[in-house]
Amino acid sequence: MTLTLGHFLTLGAMLFAMAVIGIFLNRRNLIVLLMAIELMLLAVNMNFVAFSHYLGDMHGQVFVFFILTVAAAESAIGLAILVLLFRNKSSINAEDLNTLKG
Amino acid sequence: MDAKTGFFYLFSVVLLYAAFRVITARNPVHAVLHLILAFSQAAAIWLLLKAEFLAIALVLVYLGAVMVLFLFVVMMLDIHIDHVRRGFWRHFPLAAFIGALIALEMGAVLMTGFRGMDEPKAVAVMVDAAGQAIPYSNTRALGKLLYTEYLYPVEIAAVILLVAMIAAIALTLRQRKDNKTISPSEQIRVRASDRVAMVQVPATRKAEEPAPVAAAVEEKKA
Repeated sequence: MTLTLGHFLTLGAMLFAMAVIGIFLNRRNLIVLLMAIELMLLAVNMNFVAFSHYLGDMHGQVFVFFILTVAAAESAIGLAILVLLFRNKSSINAEDLNTLKG
Repeated sequence: MDAKTGFFYLFSVVLLYAAFRVITARNPVHAVLHLILAFSQAAAIWLLLKAEFLAIALVLVYLGAVMVLFLFVVMMLDIHIDHVRRGFWRHFPLAAFIGALIALEMGAVLMTGFRGMDEPKAVAVMVDAAGQAIPYSNTRALGKLLYTEYLYPVEIAAVILLVAMIAAIALTLRQRKDNKTISPSEQIRVRASDRVAMVQVPATRKAEEPAPVAAAVEEKKA
Protein backbone atom coordinates (compact mmCIF):
# COMPACT_ATOMS: atom_id res chain seq x y z
CA MET A 1 0.00 0.00 0.00
CA THR A 2 1.63 3.17 -1.14
CA LEU A 3 0.85 6.66 -0.01
CA THR A 4 -1.68 8.56 -2.04
CA LEU A 5 -2.64 12.19 -2.00
CA GLY A 6 -5.77 11.22 -0.08
CA HIS A 7 -3.69 10.13 2.93
CA PHE A 8 -2.11 13.54 3.35
CA LEU A 9 -5.33 15.42 2.72
CA THR A 10 -7.13 13.30 5.29
CA LEU A 11 -4.39 14.00 7.80
CA GLY A 12 -4.83 17.71 7.13
CA ALA A 13 -8.59 17.42 7.57
CA MET A 14 -8.22 15.61 10.89
CA LEU A 15 -5.75 18.22 12.12
CA PHE A 16 -8.11 21.01 11.10
CA ALA A 17 -11.04 19.35 12.82
CA MET A 18 -8.94 18.94 15.97
CA ALA A 19 -8.16 22.67 15.92
CA VAL A 20 -11.86 23.50 15.51
CA ILE A 21 -12.68 21.31 18.53
CA GLY A 22 -9.95 23.12 20.43
CA ILE A 23 -11.49 26.50 19.66
CA PHE A 24 -14.84 25.28 20.98
CA LEU A 25 -13.35 23.74 24.13
CA ASN A 26 -11.10 26.66 25.07
CA ARG A 27 -13.45 29.52 24.44
CA ARG A 28 -12.15 31.39 27.48
CA ASN A 29 -8.43 30.84 27.20
CA LEU A 30 -7.10 33.30 24.65
CA ILE A 31 -3.65 31.79 24.43
CA VAL A 32 -4.96 28.33 23.58
CA LEU A 33 -7.20 29.96 20.97
CA LEU A 34 -4.08 31.40 19.34
CA MET A 35 -2.45 27.96 19.42
CA ALA A 36 -5.53 26.39 17.80
CA ILE A 37 -5.29 28.96 15.01
CA GLU A 38 -1.66 27.96 14.51
CA LEU A 39 -2.76 24.32 14.21
CA MET A 40 -5.36 25.28 11.59
CA LEU A 41 -2.71 27.09 9.55
CA LEU A 42 -0.49 24.01 9.84
CA ALA A 43 -3.28 21.81 8.48
CA VAL A 44 -3.80 24.16 5.53
CA ASN A 45 -0.06 24.23 4.84
CA MET A 46 -0.01 20.44 4.92
CA ASN A 47 -2.63 20.35 2.15
CA PHE A 48 -0.66 22.88 0.11
CA VAL A 49 2.56 20.90 0.36
CA ALA A 50 0.80 17.63 -0.45
CA PHE A 51 -0.85 19.07 -3.56
CA SER A 52 2.42 20.69 -4.58
CA HIS A 53 4.22 17.34 -4.38
CA TYR A 54 1.61 15.21 -6.07
CA LEU A 55 0.81 17.64 -8.88
CA GLY A 56 4.47 18.49 -9.43
CA ASP A 57 3.90 22.22 -9.07
CA MET A 58 6.28 24.34 -7.02
CA HIS A 59 3.87 27.26 -6.71
CA GLY A 60 2.09 25.55 -3.82
CA GLN A 61 5.29 25.60 -1.77
CA VAL A 62 5.75 29.30 -2.51
CA PHE A 63 2.27 29.87 -1.13
CA VAL A 64 3.15 27.95 2.04
CA PHE A 65 6.15 30.24 2.38
CA PHE A 66 3.89 33.30 2.40
CA ILE A 67 1.40 31.69 4.76
CA LEU A 68 4.24 31.03 7.20
CA THR A 69 5.27 34.69 6.96
CA VAL A 70 1.81 36.00 7.64
CA ALA A 71 1.26 33.47 10.45
CA ALA A 72 4.46 34.60 12.16
CA ALA A 73 3.36 38.25 11.94
CA GLU A 74 -0.09 37.34 13.22
CA SER A 75 1.18 35.44 16.23
CA ALA A 76 3.65 38.21 17.10
CA ILE A 77 0.96 40.88 17.12
CA GLY A 78 -1.54 38.57 18.80
CA LEU A 79 0.87 37.83 21.62
CA ALA A 80 1.67 41.54 22.00
CA ILE A 81 -2.04 42.28 22.34
CA LEU A 82 -2.32 39.42 24.82
CA VAL A 83 0.47 40.85 26.99
CA LEU A 84 -1.16 44.28 26.85
CA LEU A 85 -4.51 42.77 27.80
CA PHE A 86 -3.04 40.91 30.73
CA ARG A 87 -1.32 44.09 31.92
CA ASN A 88 -4.60 46.01 31.93
CA LYS A 89 -7.08 43.34 33.03
CA SER A 90 -4.91 40.78 34.86
CA SER A 91 -6.72 38.03 32.99
CA ILE A 92 -6.72 36.39 29.59
CA ASN A 93 -10.31 35.28 29.80
CA ALA A 94 -12.06 36.07 26.56
CA GLU A 95 -15.31 36.67 28.43
CA ASP A 96 -13.78 39.50 30.45
CA LEU A 97 -13.48 41.54 27.28
CA ASN A 98 -16.94 42.98 27.54
CA THR A 99 -16.22 46.64 28.10
CA LEU A 100 -16.74 47.55 24.45
CA LYS A 101 -20.44 46.87 24.09
CA GLY A 102 -21.49 47.55 20.54
CA MET B 1 3.72 -1.36 3.12
CA ASP B 2 7.08 0.21 2.58
CA ALA B 3 9.16 2.20 5.03
CA LYS B 4 7.83 5.51 3.80
CA THR B 5 4.26 4.55 4.56
CA GLY B 6 5.29 3.34 7.98
CA PHE B 7 7.01 6.62 8.73
CA PHE B 8 3.96 8.50 7.49
CA TYR B 9 1.70 6.67 9.92
CA LEU B 10 4.18 7.10 12.77
CA PHE B 11 4.47 10.86 12.24
CA SER B 12 0.71 11.22 11.73
CA VAL B 13 -0.15 9.43 14.96
CA VAL B 14 2.30 11.50 16.97
CA LEU B 15 1.10 14.68 15.24
CA LEU B 16 -2.55 14.00 16.03
CA TYR B 17 -1.76 13.01 19.60
CA ALA B 18 0.22 16.23 20.07
CA ALA B 19 -2.61 18.30 18.59
CA PHE B 20 -5.06 16.59 20.95
CA ARG B 21 -2.85 17.40 23.93
CA VAL B 22 -2.54 21.04 22.76
CA ILE B 23 -6.28 21.57 22.97
CA THR B 24 -6.86 19.61 26.19
CA ALA B 25 -3.75 20.36 28.26
CA ARG B 26 -4.48 21.82 31.67
CA ASN B 27 -1.22 23.72 31.85
CA PRO B 28 -0.57 26.23 29.03
CA VAL B 29 3.16 25.46 29.13
CA HIS B 30 2.39 21.82 28.35
CA ALA B 31 0.14 22.99 25.52
CA VAL B 32 2.98 25.01 23.98
CA LEU B 33 5.41 22.12 24.32
CA HIS B 34 2.96 19.77 22.60
CA LEU B 35 2.48 22.37 19.88
CA ILE B 36 6.25 22.28 19.34
CA LEU B 37 6.04 18.47 19.04
CA ALA B 38 3.19 18.80 16.53
CA PHE B 39 5.13 21.24 14.37
CA SER B 40 8.23 19.04 14.39
CA GLN B 41 6.15 16.05 13.25
CA ALA B 42 4.61 18.17 10.50
CA ALA B 43 8.12 19.12 9.37
CA ALA B 44 8.99 15.42 9.20
CA ILE B 45 5.92 14.74 7.06
CA TRP B 46 6.91 17.60 4.75
CA LEU B 47 10.30 15.92 4.39
CA LEU B 48 8.44 12.82 3.18
CA LEU B 49 6.78 15.08 0.61
CA LYS B 50 10.20 16.29 -0.57
CA ALA B 51 9.64 19.88 0.58
CA GLU B 52 13.00 20.06 2.32
CA PHE B 53 13.37 23.83 2.43
CA LEU B 54 9.96 24.39 3.98
CA ALA B 55 10.50 21.59 6.51
CA ILE B 56 13.78 23.12 7.68
CA ALA B 57 12.27 26.61 7.67
CA LEU B 58 9.39 25.33 9.78
CA VAL B 59 11.80 23.92 12.34
CA LEU B 60 14.13 26.92 12.37
CA VAL B 61 11.68 29.78 12.09
CA TYR B 62 8.58 28.35 13.67
CA LEU B 63 9.99 26.20 16.42
CA GLY B 64 13.02 28.40 16.96
CA ALA B 65 11.32 31.78 17.02
CA VAL B 66 7.54 31.76 17.13
CA MET B 67 7.10 28.90 19.58
CA VAL B 68 9.77 30.33 21.88
CA LEU B 69 7.84 33.60 21.75
CA PHE B 70 4.72 31.69 22.79
CA LEU B 71 6.62 30.02 25.61
CA PHE B 72 7.96 33.34 26.88
CA VAL B 73 4.51 34.92 26.87
CA VAL B 74 2.93 31.93 28.63
CA MET B 75 5.59 32.01 31.31
CA MET B 76 5.27 35.78 31.76
CA LEU B 77 1.54 35.63 32.38
CA ASP B 78 0.24 34.52 35.72
CA ILE B 79 -2.82 32.60 34.65
CA HIS B 80 -5.41 31.18 36.99
CA ILE B 81 -6.05 27.95 35.15
CA ASP B 82 -9.08 26.82 37.11
CA HIS B 83 -10.89 30.06 36.41
CA VAL B 84 -10.04 29.92 32.73
CA ARG B 85 -11.02 26.29 32.39
CA ARG B 86 -14.42 26.60 34.00
CA GLY B 87 -17.06 25.26 31.63
CA PHE B 88 -14.43 23.33 29.65
CA TRP B 89 -16.42 20.14 29.21
CA ARG B 90 -19.76 21.86 28.83
CA HIS B 91 -19.07 22.63 25.19
CA PHE B 92 -17.53 19.23 24.47
CA PRO B 93 -20.55 17.51 22.84
CA LEU B 94 -21.09 20.38 20.40
CA ALA B 95 -17.36 20.64 19.70
CA ALA B 96 -16.98 16.90 19.12
CA PHE B 97 -20.01 16.84 16.85
CA ILE B 98 -18.80 19.73 14.69
CA GLY B 99 -15.23 18.43 14.59
CA ALA B 100 -16.36 14.94 13.58
CA LEU B 101 -18.65 16.44 10.94
CA ILE B 102 -15.82 18.48 9.41
CA ALA B 103 -13.42 15.53 9.47
CA LEU B 104 -15.97 13.12 7.96
CA GLU B 105 -17.04 15.51 5.22
CA MET B 106 -13.53 16.44 4.23
CA GLY B 107 -12.36 12.84 4.50
CA ALA B 108 -15.22 11.59 2.32
CA VAL B 109 -14.57 14.18 -0.38
CA LEU B 110 -10.80 13.85 -0.31
CA MET B 111 -10.55 10.06 -0.10
CA THR B 112 -12.98 9.56 -2.99
CA GLY B 113 -11.53 12.36 -5.07
CA PHE B 114 -7.82 11.87 -4.60
CA ARG B 115 -7.34 8.27 -3.58
CA GLY B 116 -6.20 7.19 -6.99
CA MET B 117 -3.53 9.85 -7.25
CA ASP B 118 -0.27 8.00 -6.80
CA GLU B 119 3.24 9.15 -6.13
CA PRO B 120 4.54 11.23 -9.04
CA LYS B 121 7.30 9.84 -11.17
CA ALA B 122 10.81 10.92 -10.35
CA VAL B 123 11.82 14.23 -11.88
CA ALA B 124 13.65 13.84 -15.15
CA VAL B 125 17.35 14.14 -14.51
CA MET B 126 18.74 17.41 -15.83
CA VAL B 127 22.01 17.21 -17.67
CA ASP B 128 24.45 20.07 -17.89
CA ALA B 129 26.69 20.95 -20.82
CA ALA B 130 29.40 18.51 -19.75
CA GLY B 131 26.91 15.67 -19.71
CA GLN B 132 26.85 15.32 -15.92
CA ALA B 133 23.58 15.05 -14.07
CA ILE B 134 22.56 18.11 -12.07
CA PRO B 135 21.07 16.99 -8.76
CA TYR B 136 17.58 18.28 -8.18
CA SER B 137 17.43 20.78 -5.34
CA ASN B 138 14.18 21.81 -3.74
CA THR B 139 15.78 24.92 -2.26
CA ARG B 140 17.18 26.00 -5.62
CA ALA B 141 13.84 25.54 -7.36
CA LEU B 142 11.97 27.42 -4.64
CA GLY B 143 14.53 30.23 -4.62
CA LYS B 144 14.39 30.62 -8.38
CA LEU B 145 10.63 30.91 -8.24
CA LEU B 146 10.65 33.30 -5.28
CA TYR B 147 13.13 35.73 -6.74
CA THR B 148 11.80 35.83 -10.27
CA GLU B 149 8.08 35.27 -10.50
CA TYR B 150 7.22 36.14 -6.91
CA LEU B 151 9.60 39.05 -6.37
CA TYR B 152 6.95 41.64 -5.53
CA PRO B 153 5.07 39.34 -3.13
CA VAL B 154 8.38 38.69 -1.36
CA GLU B 155 8.82 42.43 -0.91
CA ILE B 156 5.28 42.72 0.42
CA ALA B 157 5.94 39.87 2.84
CA ALA B 158 9.03 41.71 4.07
CA VAL B 159 6.97 44.85 4.65
CA ILE B 160 4.35 42.80 6.53
CA LEU B 161 7.05 41.43 8.81
CA LEU B 162 8.43 44.93 9.41
CA VAL B 163 4.97 46.26 10.25
CA ALA B 164 4.37 43.34 12.61
CA MET B 165 7.68 43.95 14.36
CA ILE B 166 7.04 47.67 14.83
CA ALA B 167 3.47 47.02 15.97
CA ALA B 168 4.52 44.41 18.51
CA ILE B 169 7.20 46.69 19.94
CA ALA B 170 4.94 49.75 20.00
CA LEU B 171 2.12 47.83 21.66
CA THR B 172 4.19 46.46 24.50
CA LEU B 173 6.54 49.42 25.03
CA ARG B 174 6.06 50.79 28.51
CA GLN B 175 7.62 53.90 30.06
CA ARG B 176 8.60 53.55 33.69
CA LYS B 177 7.00 56.18 35.85
CA ASP B 178 10.08 56.89 37.94
CA ASN B 179 12.67 57.32 35.24
CA LYS B 180 14.41 60.62 34.72
CA THR B 181 14.77 60.76 30.99
CA ILE B 182 14.38 64.18 29.43
CA SER B 183 11.91 64.84 26.68
CA PRO B 184 13.55 66.75 23.80
CA SER B 185 10.26 67.94 22.36
CA GLU B 186 9.28 69.57 25.63
CA GLN B 187 12.69 71.18 25.90
CA ILE B 188 12.41 72.68 22.45
CA ARG B 189 8.90 73.93 23.04
CA VAL B 190 9.93 75.95 26.13
CA ARG B 191 9.84 79.78 25.83
CA ALA B 192 11.88 82.21 27.85
CA SER B 193 8.78 83.68 29.48
CA ASP B 194 7.98 80.29 31.06
CA ARG B 195 11.27 80.01 32.80
CA VAL B 196 12.52 83.54 33.56
CA ALA B 197 10.42 86.12 35.38
CA MET B 198 11.64 89.71 35.34
CA VAL B 199 11.13 91.40 38.68
CA GLN B 200 11.65 95.10 39.28
CA VAL B 201 13.62 95.50 42.47
CA PRO B 202 14.63 98.99 43.64
CA ALA B 203 18.37 99.25 43.92
CA THR B 204 18.42 100.69 47.44
CA ARG B 205 15.70 100.85 50.02
CA LYS B 206 15.43 102.38 53.42
CA ALA B 207 15.53 99.79 56.20
CA GLU B 208 12.22 99.28 57.97
CA GLU B 209 11.56 100.64 61.42
CA PRO B 210 12.19 98.04 64.14
CA ALA B 211 8.93 96.86 65.69
CA PRO B 212 7.99 98.42 69.00
CA VAL B 213 9.12 95.46 71.10
CA ALA B 214 9.15 97.29 74.40
CA ALA B 215 5.44 98.14 74.25
CA ALA B 216 4.49 94.49 73.65
CA VAL B 217 6.50 93.33 76.68
CA GLU B 218 4.76 95.87 78.90
CA GLU B 219 1.32 94.71 77.73
CA LYS B 220 2.13 91.09 78.73
CA LYS B 221 3.15 92.13 82.20
CA ALA B 222 -0.03 94.08 82.74
